[in-house]
This record gives sequence, C-alpha cells and structure tokens, in this order.
Amino acid sequence: QQPGKRTITGTVVDETNQPLPGVTVVLEGTTTGTITDFDGKYSLTLGDETGNLMFSYIGYQPQTFPIPETNVLNVQMKEDTQEISDVVVVGYGVQRKSDLTGSITSVGTDDFNAGLISSPEQLINGKVSGVQIMQNSGSPTSGSTIRIRGGASLNASNDPLIVLDGVPLESGGISGNSSNFLSLINPNDIENMTILKDAASTAIYGSRASNGVILITTKKGSTTKGIQVNFSTTNSVQTRTQLPDMLSRSQFMNVINNLGSDDQKALLGDYSTDWNDEIYHAAFGTDNNLSLSTRVAKNTPMRVSVGYYNQGGILKTDNAERLTGSVSLSPSFLDDNLKFNLSAKGAHNNNTFAQTGAIWAASTFNPTLPVYSGTDDFGGYDEAIDNTGNPVNGGVRNPLGLIEQYNSTSKVDRVIGNIDMDYKFSFLPELKFHATGGYDYAKGKGHIYVPAEAAQYYTTSGRDYTYGPQKSSNRLLTTYFNYNKYYDELKSSVEATLGYDYQYWKTTTPLYQELNTLGEAQSTTAATDQRHAMVSYYGRLNYGYDGRFMLTASLRRDGTSRFSSDNRWGTFPSVALAWRMDQESFLKDNPVLSTMKLRLSYGITGQQEGIGNYNYLPVYTYSQDGAQVQFGDQWYYSYRPEAYVSDLKWETTKSWNAGFDFGFLENRISGTFDYYTRQTEDLLATVPAAAGTNFDKTILTNVGNVDSHGIEVTINASPIQSKDLNWDVSFNMSWQKMKVKNLSLIEGGSTTNTLVGPTIDSYQFQVLSEGYAPYMFYLYHQLYDAETGKPIEGAYADLNGDGEINSSDLYRYHSPAPDFIFGFSSSLNYKKWTMNMSFRANVGNYVYNGMAMNTGAWSTVSYNSYQLNNLSTSFLETGFNSRQYLSDYYVENASFLKMDNLTLTYNFGKIWDTCNLNINGMVQNVFTITKYSGVDPEVPNGMDISFYPRPRTFSLGLGLNF
Amino acid sequence: CENDLDQYPHEETTSESVYTTADNYKAVLAKLYASFTTTGQERGGGNSDLSSNNGQDYMRCYFNLQEAGTDEVASTWLEGDKVIDLTYLSWDANDPWVSDMYYRIYYTIALSNEFLRNATDDKIAGFTEDEQADIVHYRAEARFIRALAYYHALDLFRNIPFVTEEDPVGAYAPPRYTSSEIFTYIESELKDIEGDLLSRSEVEYGRAPQAAAWTLLAKLYLNAEVYTGEDHYTDCITYCNKVIADGYSLEADFQKLFNADNDLRTNEIIFPLPVDAENTVSWGTTTYLICGEVSNTSDYQDPAAYGVTSGWGMFRVRGELPALFDETDGRNLFFTEGQTQYLEEIDNQSYGYFMSKWTNLTDAGETASNTVDGGVNTDFPLFRLGDVYLMLAESVIRGGSGSSTAEALNLVNELRARAYGDNYDTDGKLTASDLTLNFILDERARELAWEGTRRTDLIRFGKFTTDSYIWQWKGGVKDGKAVDSKYNYYPIPTSDLTANPNLYNEEY
Repeated sequence: QQPGKRTITGTVVDETNQPLPGVTVVLEGTTTGTITDFDGKYSLTLGDETGNLMFSYIGYQPQTFPIPETNVLNVQMKEDTQEISDVVVVGYGVQRKSDLTGSITSVGTDDFNAGLISSPEQLINGKVSGVQIMQNSGSPTSGSTIRIRGGASLNASNDPLIVLDGVPLESGGISGNSSNFLSLINPNDIENMTILKDAASTAIYGSRASNGVILITTKKGSTTKGIQVNFSTTNSVQTRTQLPDMLSRSQFMNVINNLGSDDQKALLGDYSTDWNDEIYHAAFGTDNNLSLSTRVAKNTPMRVSVGYYNQGGILKTDNAERLTGSVSLSPSFLDDNLKFNLSAKGAHNNNTFAQTGAIWAASTFNPTLPVYSGTDDFGGYDEAIDNTGNPVNGGVRNPLGLIEQYNSTSKVDRVIGNIDMDYKFSFLPELKFHATGGYDYAKGKGHIYVPAEAAQYYTTSGRDYTYGPQKSSNRLLTTYFNYNKYYDELKSSVEATLGYDYQYWKTTTPLYQELNTLGEAQSTTAATDQRHAMVSYYGRLNYGYDGRFMLTASLRRDGTSRFSSDNRWGTFPSVALAWRMDQESFLKDNPVLSTMKLRLSYGITGQQEGIGNYNYLPVYTYSQDGAQVQFGDQWYYSYRPEAYVSDLKWETTKSWNAGFDFGFLENRISGTFDYYTRQTEDLLATVPAAAGTNFDKTILTNVGNVDSHGIEVTINASPIQSKDLNWDVSFNMSWQKMKVKNLSLIEGGSTTNTLVGPTIDSYQFQVLSEGYAPYMFYLYHQLYDAETGKPIEGAYADLNGDGEINSSDLYRYHSPAPDFIFGFSSSLNYKKWTMNMSFRANVGNYVYNGMAMNTGAWSTVSYNSYQLNNLSTSFLETGFNSRQYLSDYYVENASFLKMDNLTLTYNFGKIWDTCNLNINGMVQNVFTITKYSGVDPEVPNGMDISFYPRPRTFSLGLGLNF
Repeated sequence: CENDLDQYPHEETTSESVYTTADNYKAVLAKLYASFTTTGQERGGGNSDLSSNNGQDYMRCYFNLQEAGTDEVASTWLEGDKVIDLTYLSWDANDPWVSDMYYRIYYTIALSNEFLRNATDDKIAGFTEDEQADIVHYRAEARFIRALAYYHALDLFRNIPFVTEEDPVGAYAPPRYTSSEIFTYIESELKDIEGDLLSRSEVEYGRAPQAAAWTLLAKLYLNAEVYTGEDHYTDCITYCNKVIADGYSLEADFQKLFNADNDLRTNEIIFPLPVDAENTVSWGTTTYLICGEVSNTSDYQDPAAYGVTSGWGMFRVRGELPALFDETDGRNLFFTEGQTQYLEEIDNQSYGYFMSKWTNLTDAGETASNTVDGGVNTDFPLFRLGDVYLMLAESVIRGGSGSSTAEALNLVNELRARAYGDNYDTDGKLTASDLTLNFILDERARELAWEGTRRTDLIRFGKFTTDSYIWQWKGGVKDGKAVDSKYNYYPIPTSDLTANPNLYNEEY
C-alpha cells in the first residue's frame, strides 16, 4: 500500500442481509465516492482524508459512519418507506427495479400460485398482464400454451424464449413428453420468474426475442451459517367437471324410437350405462419437496433439493410421475473477487398416457349397451361387430376397452447443468467478467402395447413397439464483460455490458417401426438428426443521470445456421428512456404520489423458432420400408426433394412501448400502464406456393406482415395494513388487437384467404385474410326460422347476392383470441390465517362447439348398420339431419370468468424450538362462469371437440421449515 | 465457432450429394413413379409429400374427378368425404378434391423438372457410358411422366400454368398456357422421347415403355377437338397402330386384369401403376377401389370374396351403368343381392349395385393381403390394349384414316369375344352397322368402367353436362338434370389464383 493512501472496503446489505448493489458511498462533504457492485461490495481509495462515509440509496435511509481504523466498513441499510427496491433479473445481468426502462414484470415465490403445480408456467398464470397461459387439456401430461402479448408470428413459433439460470432452453418437446417440456423443471426449485415484454427488454436476446422472454431463476443456497430445511407436501384429489351435453339414456331411447328405422330400434339394448362413469375417476396426486440450504466451507452457500410428484389423470390410467433433484453450490474465492455458481438439476419422468380416443367414445357410445358382453371376445368388452365378425370398420369402440386395452408409457430423463463464473478485476473493480457454460440434455422413449384381441387394432393384431430414445442436447457458452461506475461529479451512473454467446443444439431419434403383437411392421418412421447453432455478439449501455433519467440502449448481432451465409446475420437494436418524475423537486415530497416513472422504448427483434433447421437447403429424403417402388421384380427406395426457400431469413418485429409506473400513498396503491404497437415484417408464414414452382403445395417463407397493438394495466393495492389484518389485491388487464396486413408472396396476387386451424373431416374453420384479425372463423351465416327461431338446415345467407350459396358466401366471424384478459388476485391475512384467491377472465373470445356440430345431426346416429351413436342435445334444438360443418350456429361467445385458486393457510409459526409449520387447504379450478354451452370456454385454437376436461383439484398441504 | 453455422442434414442428404451416383438417379426417378400411388416417404403415407387438407394420393383424386360425377359411381360419404360437389357436378374453385388433384399433378411435374434439371448431358458426363445410357432412358421417362401429368392437367383444367426444368425452384409466377399451347407441348415432348424410351421387351415392369408414350399420344389425339377445336383422329389411329404392332395381345380372362396377380398381364397392360401391401402401401389407387366397392352394411356381400378384410362402403354405381350390360356379358360385374338398381337416396348403401370388377384375389382365388394392414396388391392398369382397340375403332368411325372399318370391327369383336365367351356368337358379335359412335361410348363404359376414363369420354361425346344423357342425381336431383357447360372442366383452385397472378378462371 502506498504511503498516505488507504482503501476502504466493505459490503452493504439490506435488512434481510441480501447484498445491495448500486448504493452510493461518498466521503462526506466531498465528491469522492463510488457505488456498490452487484454483490453489494465497494472499495474506495482515499488519501489521508478523514471523515465520515455517507451511504445512500433510493428507498433507504441515508446513513453516515466514521471511517474505522480497520478500513473495513460493512453497513446494513434500513428501508426508508414501504417502497420495494428489489433487484430484477434482466437479460445478461440484474437491475434495480427503480432503474428499469422497459416493460418487465417479476414474480417471486411469495406471489406464485399455490396448489398442485404440474409445471413452472402455472406458477404465474393470471399474475402478469399481457401474458396468457392456457393448460392445453386436463391431462397431467399436457403442457401449456404461453403467449406474451399474443405472439408476433403466424406460422413460426409464438412461444416465448425461456431462459433458465442464463441458459436459453430449446423450444419444443421430446419423445415421451412432447407436449410439456417445461414440466421437467420442478416448480418448487424456482425462486423467481421475470417476464420481459417490450422490445427494449428482449432485444438483447435478438433473433429469438419477438415473442417475449421468460427468465427463470432457481433457488440458491443461503449465505448464513446453519442448516435450513424446508419440507412441503401437498396431496390432492381431482374430480371431473363439465362434460359434453349429450342425450340422456331416456332422451336417446325416445329419439331412436321416434325417428329410427326398425333396424336402428333393434340396436337398442336393455342396459343403462353411463360411459363417462366408466372412463373417468377421481384422481389422486401428491407433490413432496425437501430442500436443504446451508453454507459449506467458508464462502460456499449450497442448496440441495429433492422432489417427488405423482399425479393421476381423471381419465383412467393417465398418470405423470416425476422425480427431481437439484444441487447448487456457490463458492467464492480471492476475497469474493472470483465467484462461481455450479448447479445441476435432474428429472426423471414416468408417464402413462391414456387412450384419449375414449373421451369421444364415452360421449357417443350407445348408453343402452352393457360394458361387458359376457363372452371372451375382444377381451370381454361389448363391441359392435360387422357381418364378418370383426369389429365394425371405422366404428366406435367400447370406451372402457379403449382405455384398459391400451398401454402407453414413456420415460424421460433430463439433466440441466451450468457453471457460472464471475471475476472482478482487482486492478479495475468496476470491471467484471462473467462466463456461463450450460448443458441441457434430455432423453425420452416410450412403449405402446395393445393386445391382439383388443377391438381397437383387432384386424392388425394389436400393437407392441418401442419408440425412441430421442436424445436432445443443448450446449451454451455465454461470456460478457460488465463495467459499472458512478461518476459523482457528473451525477451519472454508467453500466456497460459487452458479450459473446455460442449455442448448439442437437436432437436425434433412431428409426422405429410400429409393430403389431406378431412383430409385423405397420409403419416405419425414419431416423432424424437435427442440429443447429447460433453465434451472437451483444452489447448494452445503461446510463442514469441523477437518479431521474435513465437510458438503456442495446444491440445484438445473431448468426444462425438456419439460413444461408448470405442471410444468416441479423442485427437487433433497441433503445429505452425513463424519467423518474417522483425524484423531481416538484414531486419529491408529494404526500400522495410516491412513485411516478415514465417509460418509452423502441426495438427491433427477430424470430426464427418453429421452422426447420435446413429449410434453405435443397434436402432429399430417402424413403422407408413400405414406401418403395417396383421396377421389374425389385423394390427400390426413392429420393424425394423437399421444398426449400434458399433466401429464407429472420422475421423481424418493430415495437414501440410507452408506459408509466405509479404509486400512491407510500405505494399502498401502485401499478403500471403500458401501450405498445408491433409490426412484424417478413413473417415466416406458410403460404401457397405457385403450383409447380416448389416441392409442396405451401412453403414456409418470408411473406407479409402483421400489426398489433395493445394496452396492459396492472394495479396492486394494500387496502388494509395493520398489525393483525392485512389485505393485498392485485389486478391486471390486457387488451390487444392484431391484424394481418399482407400475405401475398407475389405482388399482384389476389387477396389471400388461407384456410387454417383445426379440422373435422378435413373441413377447416378458420382463415388468414389480409386486413383482418388472424384465425377468424370462416363460415356460412346460418338462417333461422322466423317463427320457431330454429336454424334451418342448409339455409345460409347469400352474402354476395349472386343467387347461389357457395364458398364465396363464407364470411369472417369473430376469432378465438380474446379482446380482453383480466387477472385478479387477493391475499387476506389475519393473524395466522391467510386466504388467497385468484381469478381470471377472458372477454370476446369465441369457440366453435365442435362436439355439438359433430354429434348434433341425425345422420351421426349411425355410420354403419351395426351401431348407434349418442347425440348431442344440440340435436334437440336444431333437428338437423346432416352435419352443418360450416354453419356459424356453432360459434359461441366463450367469454368467461374463472376462479383458478382458493387457498386457506394457517401458519402455526414456531411449533417448537426452531421449527415452523404451516398447513393449507386449496381448491384449484374452483368455478367457471360463462354462457358458452360446451365443455370449457378455454380450449386450444377455439375448437371444442373431445376436450379432456380440466379437473377441479382439492388439496391439503403442509410446510415445515427448521 | 462461426464455422458451426454451416450445418447440413445428417439423416437426409442434399441435392449436391444425391446426384453423384447413377443408382441415386434411379432412386429419384422412382419417386416420380411413386407420386401417382403413394403420398409419402413412409409406409402408407407417413412423412407426407404435400401439406394438403385431405392428403390423398394422385390416383384417388384422379378417380374421384373422373368418375364421382358420372353414372359409374354413387358415393356414400358425400358429406364426410366432401365429394358432394363432385357427385352433383356443382364444385367451385374451393373444392378440396379439385385442389388436391391439381396440386398432386403439379407436384409430379415439379419432381420431374427437378430430375431433368439434374440429368442434363453436362451433369451426367462423369458417369460411365453404360450409366449415361441408363440415365438417358430415365430422362425420357421423366419427360413421359411429366407429359402424362400435363395431359391430366389439360384434360381436367384446360388452361393451366406451365413450368419446366428451365425454371428455377422458388417464388415466381409461371405463365398461363392455353389448352392449345399445352396440347402442342405434350405432343412434341412425347414425339421427342419416343426413341429414348425402352422398348416393350427391354423395359422393367412398372416403368414406361415406348408404347406408353404412343398410348398417351393416342389419348391426346382422340380428345384433341375438345382441347384445341381441331380433330386429330388420323394421328390417333397412327399411334394406336404403333401400339398394336408392338406385339401386345388381349388377356384371355377379363377379370385377371383387375386382380392381385395382374402384374403378370404384361401382354395387355401397357403401363401399370404398381401397388403392394408389403412394399408400396397405398390407401388410394386400387385399395380405394377394392375396399371402396365392398359394403360395410350388406348382409349378403362377403368381403372375403374380394380379398378384403373389411369393406369401406364408399361406392355403389348409379342405375344407368348396369343397364348398359347384357346378362351374358362377362364384364357385367356387379353385386346385386339385397340392392336396388336405382337410387332413391344417393348416400344410402342399400341403393345401387356394388361393383365387383376389382379384387385383391390371386389367380388362385386367395386373399392376397390383409387390406386393413397394408391395402391391396392389385396394380392399377393405367393404359391397356383394350382401351387402344376402342380408341382406334372410335377414330375410324369419326373419320380418321390409317385403318378401316373392318379392322375396327375386328378389334371391337375381339373385346366382345373375350367378354361374352361362349355366348359371343349369339349375344356379343357385332356387325359393321352396330359400330356407331353411341355404341362406342357404351362399349367404353362396359370395357373400361372404373378405370378413370368416364368423364373424359362423356365430354368428348358432349354428354357430360348436357341433357343428351341424364343419369340419376346428375346435377343434384334424383332424376338428373343438365348442368352448366363450365363443368366440362375444373377451375384452377383459389389458392393458386392467390399465389400466381397470371392465372384466372374464365367461368368460375
């Protein structure tokens, strides 16, 4: 140490002993000072001055201490007001919430949904404005659809990018868990989920950022001594809710006896079977988690957790079982200048998939027939057989037989490991180097067995085969430098980040054959080997002036292997400004308004997920067994060219976001408001190719644009704050409009009407049209009898007035996307009691009641002479003879209000020495209020047919920590 | 690490490496042939070729477009299978079957163009002489297949987009060619490749011999007046004569042309489309016909008698078709027990006779395959000598030269002799005065029912849309009625009008 110079060091923590970054440390009465780093540490080199050090930080009481002899001064800050000034994880770093310039919402453990949570995204369902999360069905193996601001794309993926502890996860699923890849992460290991919504926040993720980003941070070990143990268990029972409205047994008998032919009447039996009772049951679930948090050695926090989750489905045999484990170690060296975080998470899943075809079968199977035939044929199940003694070709099978004679299991393993390193340069403490090495590996395989005697594959002798293992790996290297300095004389803080990322994905599946029980191949599916890589350079600058003005600018350059070398590099800039009005002199001491921040941002993001890895290359596919060609007496395999577009490139989205954050009465009422617009260009859309010009009817190419704009509002309030009684409420609202601007591949082409969406008997019901919202229903306008009000079969409005009803009379009628989404939650705490509730509502979403259409016409009562099918009660209203696929009669307003959660917790507090206990009772999917007549107003793609009903879940939980 | 941004497929391959061996050229050629019968690179249509609504194969579409609206077919699943507009002659530019057919045709054309783009003299110069000679044959076959697809496009759609191997793969708008331009193109292509196709004796089963090009030329010429306004009956006779002179002969047993061993009938079948329950599994083509003609409701019809595991109940025939047959005509192959001849309702399986011409039985009468598992083993005889005889006879009657009435009578009587067998002299034998145009149309129905030519024939005779021949449910009414003459061809599907601004439909 130089004579006369000394360096004062220390750590600044908050009341919970968490390090506090960004605290200003100044020698009293001078301009000499510094700012604490991410870990709350500071280091200030002084001459021979003496005096006091002043510690100040927004939201905390300023404190002054004399410089001690030891030159080490650790400080604990005390909160000034109720203001929450926590740190928020952003892309490649953290930021103080008060310094944020973008539209970011962070949800921590305290605000997570309670109950039996199958998958991490369910923790925040209904909690965040602009985020729509829909569990795809009631099955425990089903995944969710997550949309942030409705997504920006048409055919490319609309899924947000999910980043787990700095590792961007591969979208899509894996064999044996295809629908819910995220479920392999134990929700109990999650500390926080942060949602980046506007382009200014997401653009740092460049080409994958258009649909928003979800950053998941998992729990880490504790910095204090001693061992903290947490144990929680939740046990639940699920019951079925709404089912399709089919004719009762007596209604069915009446209809057949009145309208049926003699042959049909003869097919009525003497039994009374409720087929839904046969296939559904109450399902049990359990979720148990044990975690251990401690500090090993001197500077090494550690956390270990294990979890066991097992959830049955209300459809018999459906089951998901998950065993998870995680370890995290955070050692630090060199006086905390070098820190590591090592973590590993593992999951082992065992799934059993029920034969969901039984849902349709149970709705439509003849209720006058018995479950069992009394013979040994077809395993004893009563089946419809034809004149050859075989199960009727294309007939409906016995629902219980479908379930019990179908055994489909899968095993999926996943390991995610990452090593983070932070190094602070001793010669320049403002500069930090960070590196993350991440590896995500998953393996899934499955087996399907159907006995030879089962009616479902009777004529092909059952099924017995294994598929997979599919192996999926994702390697990541992230490195960045971070420079963070406060220039006291300029009242300016500067933070700059400059980084490089490399990510490589590989997924392989071996060839597999669908074999029957005799070992004969029914089909052969080719092996796959898909790889892609991405290289990125990025930088970000945060500039703050006087705690009042903030500017964030970022730039990312991405290169991907999915495009040709001419197109593979894209640049994604963003800039954002914020003005903390509450720090201005005219508002600073305002007794009512405690927070007021204006934000404005603009950014360009890209999108390249949801497309193939080699779509720009002229790829040829070899054929498999059974798809050969006879030349002479030999069978030749063939080569097929695949459609390709050599100049494929990114889809880009330009977004504006304007918003403000506000707080009143010491932030007892606080909230945010955002308005945004987005223009997506060069959409990666699947459009018809001019016939003969490529090797498919449609090609995925860059075409057209989509515009959207929307409003998001969040309001949090604490109406009651007292010693014994506290009440917090939170409300959020989103409104969005989206419009397809252009979809023509070649200029001069006529207006496109591309049919899209789910199909029934190859009818499609939705359309993409220029000038309209995407996915609107595209149907005929039903005419009604003026007297009875009943729809007239086959009578539709001649909308173009040409005297005939044909496809030019189809019109666009509403869309499945809601206009408004609302979320509301309430937490009421009285002494040791807490009651939480959460509600969700969608307004203006429409659903096609496919079940009513497809079972609601007389002709659907029999498709062959051996079987009667039950009808929808819709038949009683319409009396339709034939199915009216394209009638708008079946599109219904499906606005709804759902109570998702009701939780009552009793916190015993310390029950003995060091042990805390709480118990809780929960109900999930409590009720739904809707005018929609089908099974559930919230169904994928606005199509309600054979929907696996979402169960109501009752659970009891117990939490222990010591 | 930026080098890792060059990623290439591992299981699949790229065109650069495909066209490095002569064997691979044959594998690409194989796909051109397969494009008529199968829909994907995996058994039974897995890994499908086209992202299309119905995803049916070329021949299933072709059969529906050529037969569903005629007296030869009464479809059962009008609504579920969306064949209602084909059945009632009331389709529009959004019809799914019209669209599927159109795109299958242009898919085959695009595949052929891709092959030809990579099979130029320059590109194959590195191969051995033998290999080059083989590829020259493949090249001619690719051009034949393309000409066949264009012929179907011309016959079904008339004025159509035109793409060749000279055009790139990518986003551009092909020009619209009139039916006369397409006619000229097909004609010149077929004449040009004649010498490079293999002869009947050299060709492998399943590949197109010279006679296939001649038969196609004959078909083109026979219908030339419909396509161009000018007749070419003399040309038709020329090419029919070439086929006949090539040494083909009629198969003695008519039914053996349509059973599971019909790959042995190379004496009569000029160009087959092979399917096989083991190796070329097709859910369209002949599986569609054979499983489709078997009821799933009849108390009398036995699926096993057709080599079928279970019937689909797709079709019956309208009453006018059986009315064309004598009792003693061996081609009178209908299942009538429990059925009415005429149709009170069109989509009710109890009305209308079932066809029993096609089977999945071996020559020994045994079931050839489990039709639920892999479809049938019966090949589709796309071109056969019987058709050539009738084309020649018709051209003679229509005034073409190059043959004689006596020769025409002789050929037709050969077909009659086979059909009537022992009853030929009493019931079947024709005299010159019997040989009228209307007789030929009826005889073509008897000889070629369900072989995919009925619509073309009715149009050539001016009877498809007019009131000069009415069959039940024509135009959507039970007693039948004439329909607009625009139904003599199909519209270009809306989706291609969207994608290609050069195209338009004049009447739709």
